[in-house]
Amino acid sequence: MDMFLNIFVAAVLAGTPLLFGTVGEIINEKVGHLNLGVEGMMSIGACAGFMVGYMTDNFVLALIASFVAAALSSLIYAVLTVTFMANQNVTGLTLTIFGVGLSNFVGIYMLSKSENGTLKLPANITEQMRDIHIPVLSDLPVVGKLLFSYNPFVYIGIIIAVIVGFYLYRTRIGLNVRAIGENPAAADAGGIKVAKLKYINLLIGGGICGIGGAYCSMIINGGVWINNNVGGLGWIAVALVIFASWKPTHAIGGSFIFGALRVLKYYIPKSVFPFPNAFYDMLPFLITAIVLVIASIRQSKENNIPKSCGVNYFREER
Amino acid sequence: MSNQAVQSSKEPFARIVKKAEMSGKNVILLRLMAFILAIIAGGIFILFIGENPFKVYATIVAGAFRSALAFQGTVKIMVPLLITSLGVTLAFKMKFWNIGAEGQIIMGAIFASYFALFHDTLNHTLLIFIMFIAGIIGGGLWGLIPAFFKSKFDTNETLFTLMLNYIALHVVSYLRDGPWMDPASQGYSKIATFSKNAMLDRVFGVHIGWIVAIILTIVVFIYLKYTKQGYEISVVGESHETARYAGMNVRRITLRTMFLSGAICGIAGMIQATGSDKTLTTAVAGGVGFTAIIVAWLAQLNPFMIFVISFLFSILEKGSSVLQSSYGISTDCADVLQGIILFFVLGCELFVRYKFVFRKKGGSK
Amino acid sequence: MANEKAVKYAIECKGITKTFGSVVANDNIELTVKYGEILALLGENGSGKTTLMNMLSGIYHPDKGSIFIGGEEVNINSPVDSMNLGIGMIHQHFKLVDVFSAGDNIILGSKNEKKKPKAIKEEIRNISKNLGLEIDPDKKIYNMSVSEKQTVEILKVIYRGAKILILDEPTAVLTPQETEKLFNLLRKMKEQGCAIIIITHKLNEVLSISDRVTILRKGKSIETVNTKETNEKQLTELMVGRPVSLEIERKDMDNKKKILKIVDLTVMKSDGTVALDDISFDINTSEILGVAGIAGSGQKELCETIAGLMPAKKGAILYNKENIVGKSPADIIDLGISMSFVPEDRLGMGLVASMGMVDNMLLKSYKNKKGIFVDRKPAKDLAKKLKDKLKIVTPSIDTPVRLMSGGNVQKVLLGREIESSPNILITAYAVRGLDINSSYTVYDLLNEQKEKGVAVIFIGEDLDVLLELSDRIMVLCQGKITGIVDTKTTTKEELGILMTGGKIGEEQENE
Repeated sequence: MDMFLNIFVAAVLAGTPLLFGTVGEIINEKVGHLNLGVEGMMSIGACAGFMVGYMTDNFVLALIASFVAAALSSLIYAVLTVTFMANQNVTGLTLTIFGVGLSNFVGIYMLSKSENGTLKLPANITEQMRDIHIPVLSDLPVVGKLLFSYNPFVYIGIIIAVIVGFYLYRTRIGLNVRAIGENPAAADAGGIKVAKLKYINLLIGGGICGIGGAYCSMIINGGVWINNNVGGLGWIAVALVIFASWKPTHAIGGSFIFGALRVLKYYIPKSVFPFPNAFYDMLPFLITAIVLVIASIRQSKENNIPKSCGVNYFREER
Repeated sequence: MSNQAVQSSKEPFARIVKKAEMSGKNVILLRLMAFILAIIAGGIFILFIGENPFKVYATIVAGAFRSALAFQGTVKIMVPLLITSLGVTLAFKMKFWNIGAEGQIIMGAIFASYFALFHDTLNHTLLIFIMFIAGIIGGGLWGLIPAFFKSKFDTNETLFTLMLNYIALHVVSYLRDGPWMDPASQGYSKIATFSKNAMLDRVFGVHIGWIVAIILTIVVFIYLKYTKQGYEISVVGESHETARYAGMNVRRITLRTMFLSGAICGIAGMIQATGSDKTLTTAVAGGVGFTAIIVAWLAQLNPFMIFVISFLFSILEKGSSVLQSSYGISTDCADVLQGIILFFVLGCELFVRYKFVFRKKGGSK
Repeated sequence: MANEKAVKYAIECKGITKTFGSVVANDNIELTVKYGEILALLGENGSGKTTLMNMLSGIYHPDKGSIFIGGEEVNINSPVDSMNLGIGMIHQHFKLVDVFSAGDNIILGSKNEKKKPKAIKEEIRNISKNLGLEIDPDKKIYNMSVSEKQTVEILKVIYRGAKILILDEPTAVLTPQETEKLFNLLRKMKEQGCAIIIITHKLNEVLSISDRVTILRKGKSIETVNTKETNEKQLTELMVGRPVSLEIERKDMDNKKKILKIVDLTVMKSDGTVALDDISFDINTSEILGVAGIAGSGQKELCETIAGLMPAKKGAILYNKENIVGKSPADIIDLGISMSFVPEDRLGMGLVASMGMVDNMLLKSYKNKKGIFVDRKPAKDLAKKLKDKLKIVTPSIDTPVRLMSGGNVQKVLLGREIESSPNILITAYAVRGLDINSSYTVYDLLNEQKEKGVAVIFIGEDLDVLLELSDRIMVLCQGKITGIVDTKTTTKEELGILMTGGKIGEEQENE
């Protein structure tokens, strides 16, 4: 029981950065852009969040910085793919190279300016990022640990996922957004401002990815800066979008499952399941690949990748 | 009321319209201009971090060419990039989004490494040949898997090949931590360095991979342009219906082409492992598979342009490594510069087929 | 001038010009339509009808000229502007989101965001009831038939309160009954004060529905006439620009021989529904066999099955008692028949759009030479020959065919197919989208083939053409043959009845 509890908590923690990346990418794909730049946007968010946190010692400012910086990097992608109609795959990959490079570049630059050759978040912000503690609730046996014992990112992530889910599937503007991803020509003819909505949603999606990046730089390594702190989580997020069948609310469970896969190797004794660590690391991708194949065999029309995802839209194309 | 709303809806500042397609010469001019613009933008970035852009650029170029050793280093970076770009080109020509070059490189390297590690007593030439074939088969099989599912169930190949990259990566880490772990290594697990017998020979100070790369450039050019199979790839890429109409077996062509695409990437992996790394590591592909996609795209799938562009990329990468020692600028600077340059080049592609029309003053006549 | 100001036009276009790249699609066009009026916009394919309407609906923006709505000059920059002006466009290719319900598609992008979903559904039901339409707001588009989709499109613009309706070739995909229903709806809306523009190239429809006709030719507005004061002949002349004899010479050949016998052929579509249902007929040499039917009655599958591109579920196609079903085109040639097929989708199936004439010549013959290399020499010669012989207009034989005009594209395709000297030539909608001149070139080529002894199968849509060109006409309805008639003894009305599955008093099975 205790082990299960520990695994669950660890899974939630490992899954949270994925949740942000996934929800952000879902918004991007729903508006018709298969953005392979998640890793880059997360890296930029990671860098901005950490550095602002380091300098201002303020958690909220750090969060805002990670969101804004990643959204700005997403703006580059949006300008290129929406207005300049550049190939989405190539632009996304470039954004990843650029973002990871910039993040590391700034990281090393800041390290070189620091006094003792390390960067560590100061006390105040560390306090603000501590696991929450709600009197009574957090002290409940089991439930307290299971539900009320995490750092604020976890709750922010879940709230964002729920809000985005509501936004995409329960509001008129969400309907318009989804229409763009499915058939931009229809959306356009229906009077939806395609380019404007694309920009807005790409930016929001990018910003959410950025918060996930901040989690990587600020939480995972205990508040100490290391380079490449996103470390491929952005790519897992791209995979998770498929696993969650493009639904933000499914992404919550999905990211915790993937989080569990990432930590399982530390909890399952080799005597029980003699699988090597690499197997657990591979599992998220293997499962996603299988999900992808099953989805294509079932030819589900509705729980599938938006039809125009990956294709740029030009109104006068004929 | 509605009329007023419209009167107030202002004409946008600029709109994009299609124009007559540019001639080949103008396209080259346009790209050149984008490249220059990109260099300027990169210069501004360098200025921003407090260095002299002219000096930094000069250092980069010098860093790639200043000595025989430096140039050899540049070529070493170029070889896998060039080969992999050629590999993905085959798939892209068929409009098959093979994002899985990374995994295909790794698989080629794994297959080749098996012989390097466990059959290194074979005759050298024979061993190299076997490893070459193993690389082809490893990469080819990894390319075949997404092709199979694509042709059978129309599985999205962009996402599927992406997943296969990471599956391949973790196969390496499994081998490294388990069956292929070097018992002699201390502290951290790694795979043993290959024996001399299993390493690629050198010509002019660089492993023979560069010869393979040049040959492949020519072969791929001829294959795409002058062979029946190359013709079939173009037709399938344009329209499956047309291919079917012409009596082509779309499925077989898809499978065959993706095998070849993966196989060429597998060759890159084999060369990287046996020529440069001299062992198998998780970094054997090291992002080359992704960069290759960008190279192939920028080169418009033309093998000779791929040669030129992968050379430019290699100069940037090699030259940036000197920046660290000369200016204390981290090598990540190369990635940032690469990103900036690419953003500009990608943006300019628009003007090949479209133009901006700006709002006229004083309305239309 | 001052007097004319009194007439407030719903739409008035003055001097509209629009170019695409180097192509002038609209050249100084003038057009007016009043409220309570139906205007037909008539013109051949490529005359600029759709381009003009797309400018009214905000899809394109004119390079020059001005548009007045209700007497005021407007600048339509986007579909939103167009919609706010009360213009509703029903596109030829429906602009619907497949995975959404009808209701979601109807409200898509519209303004009244506050309303509850239930109220909206009620509103949709009310609107459709008023117009005598039936639609389930919850039904998904991908489960709908073509005519249901069109109904959704119409409801979409009415829901937004459109007073000016533009319909782009709305009848192309409809059965005659559905067309009549649509026309009744349009008349109803006209009575309610709507201005309606209907784009079409079917003369009989123009005459039956419109009040006035504006004729476009090669991007220019040629003339506007009152429907009551005109006739088919005048309209055709205005459309084509010169007097046209609509007669096609038909020679009777006496060396007809049965070449293929189709027996009990059943073919399924890819989605598992029946495309051809147990059909039997003969194909003769030196004869043009016309095939009539509403779009989607199995014509596509018929062509592809005979051409060996599609498997049959049951039945046989016999050539000298040898069943060729399931045989590859190469095997079929070995038997001594060579088949040529000119598919409906020229650039998407018959040709490779991005390749030049030379590489397109290769499409059917690239395997001819042994070895791994493609031999472009014969293809180049053939391309040159066709270019001269059929007067194909193209900058060079290496210019991508997608940059050519529709007529020239068809000449490339048909030319290539004829050059392989087939015994059987299958053509699907061979003149669709072509201007009259190109159409006649095609008819001549087909007749020439027939005189050479080729068995020609001509899938057509224009009954007049079918009657003039074919020797026999086979009518398909929902995958079944409803009749095979001799063109000398049948009438258009009879064909119409057969097309909708009706029976003629006396079955005229000709053999």
